[in-house]
Amino acid sequence: MGENLVEISGLNVRFSGARVVHAVNDLELSLRAGEVLTILGESGSGKSVTLKALLRLLPEKRTSISGSMKVDGIDVTGLKGRALADYRGKTVSMIFQEPALALDPVYTIGDQIAEAVRCHTGASRAQAMDVALDMLKRVRIPSAEQRLRNYPHEMSGGMRQRAMIALALACQPRLLLADEPTTALDATVQIQVLLLLRELQKEYGMSIIFVTHDIGVAVEISDRIAVMYAGSIVEEGSAAEIIRDPRHPYTRGLLAANLHDAERGSRLEAIPGSPPPLATVPDHCSFAPRCPHVKPACLEALPPVFRPGPRRRVACVLGERPFATARPAPLHEPAQ
Amino acid sequence: MTDQQGTDLNASPDRGGPAQPLVIARSLKRYFPIRKGLIGRRKGAVQAVDDVSFTVRKGETLGIVGESGCGKSTTARLLVGLTDIDSGDLIFDGDKLGATLTHKELWAGVQMVFQDSYASLNPRMTIEDTIAFGPKMRGVAPQQAHAAARDLLARVGLAPERFAARYPHELSGGQRQRVNIARALAMRPRLIILDEAVSALDKSVEAQVLNLLADLKAEFGLTYVFISHDLNVVRFISDRIMVMYLGEVVEIGPVESLWKKRAHPYTAALFAAMPSMDPDNRTEVPPLTGDPPNPINPPTGCRFHTRCRFAEEVCATMKPAARPVGGEAAHMAACHMLDPQSGHTMAGARGQEMADG
Repeated sequence: MGENLVEISGLNVRFSGARVVHAVNDLELSLRAGEVLTILGESGSGKSVTLKALLRLLPEKRTSISGSMKVDGIDVTGLKGRALADYRGKTVSMIFQEPALALDPVYTIGDQIAEAVRCHTGASRAQAMDVALDMLKRVRIPSAEQRLRNYPHEMSGGMRQRAMIALALACQPRLLLADEPTTALDATVQIQVLLLLRELQKEYGMSIIFVTHDIGVAVEISDRIAVMYAGSIVEEGSAAEIIRDPRHPYTRGLLAANLHDAERGSRLEAIPGSPPPLATVPDHCSFAPRCPHVKPACLEALPPVFRPGPRRRVACVLGERPFATARPAPLHEPAQ
Repeated sequence: MTDQQGTDLNASPDRGGPAQPLVIARSLKRYFPIRKGLIGRRKGAVQAVDDVSFTVRKGETLGIVGESGCGKSTTARLLVGLTDIDSGDLIFDGDKLGATLTHKELWAGVQMVFQDSYASLNPRMTIEDTIAFGPKMRGVAPQQAHAAARDLLARVGLAPERFAARYPHELSGGQRQRVNIARALAMRPRLIILDEAVSALDKSVEAQVLNLLADLKAEFGLTYVFISHDLNVVRFISDRIMVMYLGEVVEIGPVESLWKKRAHPYTAALFAAMPSMDPDNRTEVPPLTGDPPNPINPPTGCRFHTRCRFAEEVCATMKPAARPVGGEAAHMAACHMLDPQSGHTMAGARGQEMADG
């Protein structure tokens, strides 16, 4: 494995049923220990599916997964039974968008954290409760002793999210998967949770794969950003590279749509259309139908992957050079 | 315009002239009672909107921002008459609701678009029927109502020949929100309230809908009240911004002025909570700790004093009045630090800071 904690290559996830959906297509992703990576994408881009595949949470009967996924040297695709149970929670753990749905409503917060600790470490009830209390303090829940005996409905949204983080980190996993954990929170609470995650990440030295559609959140939390579209990663690089030198037209569109420095009353350069339905395996660039710079080659074959720097890649015919020089003269040349 | 398109539904006429604000809200108040026990005795109230006053000028876009529970959606519902007003006046183009204006007349002028594009459409009606439904209820001949519905579909970017016969579940979120906008337009309103109308959409689709809203505003001469938690979106679309906290207005002013001088500490904190877009300059300290307090028992005095880092004794005892910021009458904020007579130790310095810009 070398230095990589997570190594995903050639991952395909296909859902069958009334209609077939090719949710993830030939995904390549690697992550070093102690790194925070954000997968940035819109709904339906396959970002949550990738996380769930890593934790083997997808329904087995209707999902076919191919490719390889390795976390901390463990081959995730082959895990079964006890080994899978050990892997979940101890090596990899996950937090979700809706803590109200992810937590069990009929057990107290303390019981839920203690149960996870006892499952994985064999600690006694009392020891596990001590760990739970310690965790609640670490996630800065005020008056932790009383909160330990609270049920999820007795807490506010921000507090529940902290409790879920405490639960996820109770067994000190090497990798935390975070599926839009701050999307349902108010902006003032969101920034608190992001800063808390950043602190805990440093303290535990763990890696995080963070999924979001909000580019601002991605910048706040991550070292690296991977932009996902139609089940594949279209661009990857450090946060600074993605923000300052976005090369894929989709990344550029997302940045413009953030409205961070859009001039008031101006016309937004919106990406037209909507994402593809993914009924078939893509045989050409999935973004081509919406792309303002589409060329005939884009519709004929999958785009080449350029690697303009170490650990940087762009899956676009224009990806070789920075956008300003790669771009053909007029901004909106007629699509062919 | 209505005659050219062959509908009978006319926009309610502009009665007060351009200088008359379209909406004047005066001391609006709405408490939701909490009842407990078998006989439903009143055990308190959620003070959702408490003494809120503002105006909406003709042709402008007023943005309302604030955390969840701050009363922004309740304010919107009061404006449309979806929720009864406990006390206070709502004046629409010079006519006071309940006096010279009936609810029915108000509804002829105000329409609303909600956040959940799916829940707000009838799943058993095609979108053409949905859009034509309102005008038909108003007595427009069915043929004309349907013709107008198809026109509107085209206008919001959904080709009627492809989309008119579809049901809501056959559309994407962005397309459904376009239908909701077309449905609101079918009633020929003068004011449209957009309550988190683009919040559930993907960023790339959101930009399309924002462009559409700008076009429609110009074409139909509309006025918008735009509610969102996304400050970037509000800044982009609004002329003025109103900041609410726990049922009260803490600051209101023109976008540029408010963006430059965040006079109320809550406004400043809300803006500081926006993720920075600079990887080398990330947020280090959260601008606020904890969640907003419960609106059932809001703090005394200035409701923000429990989370404010400038809070002093006076803040807990006395409610601050709205005062102009930096001598600009259009920009008002309710904070003791802007009032030299309040007794707050920073009052003078803060007032000076705001005046200097």
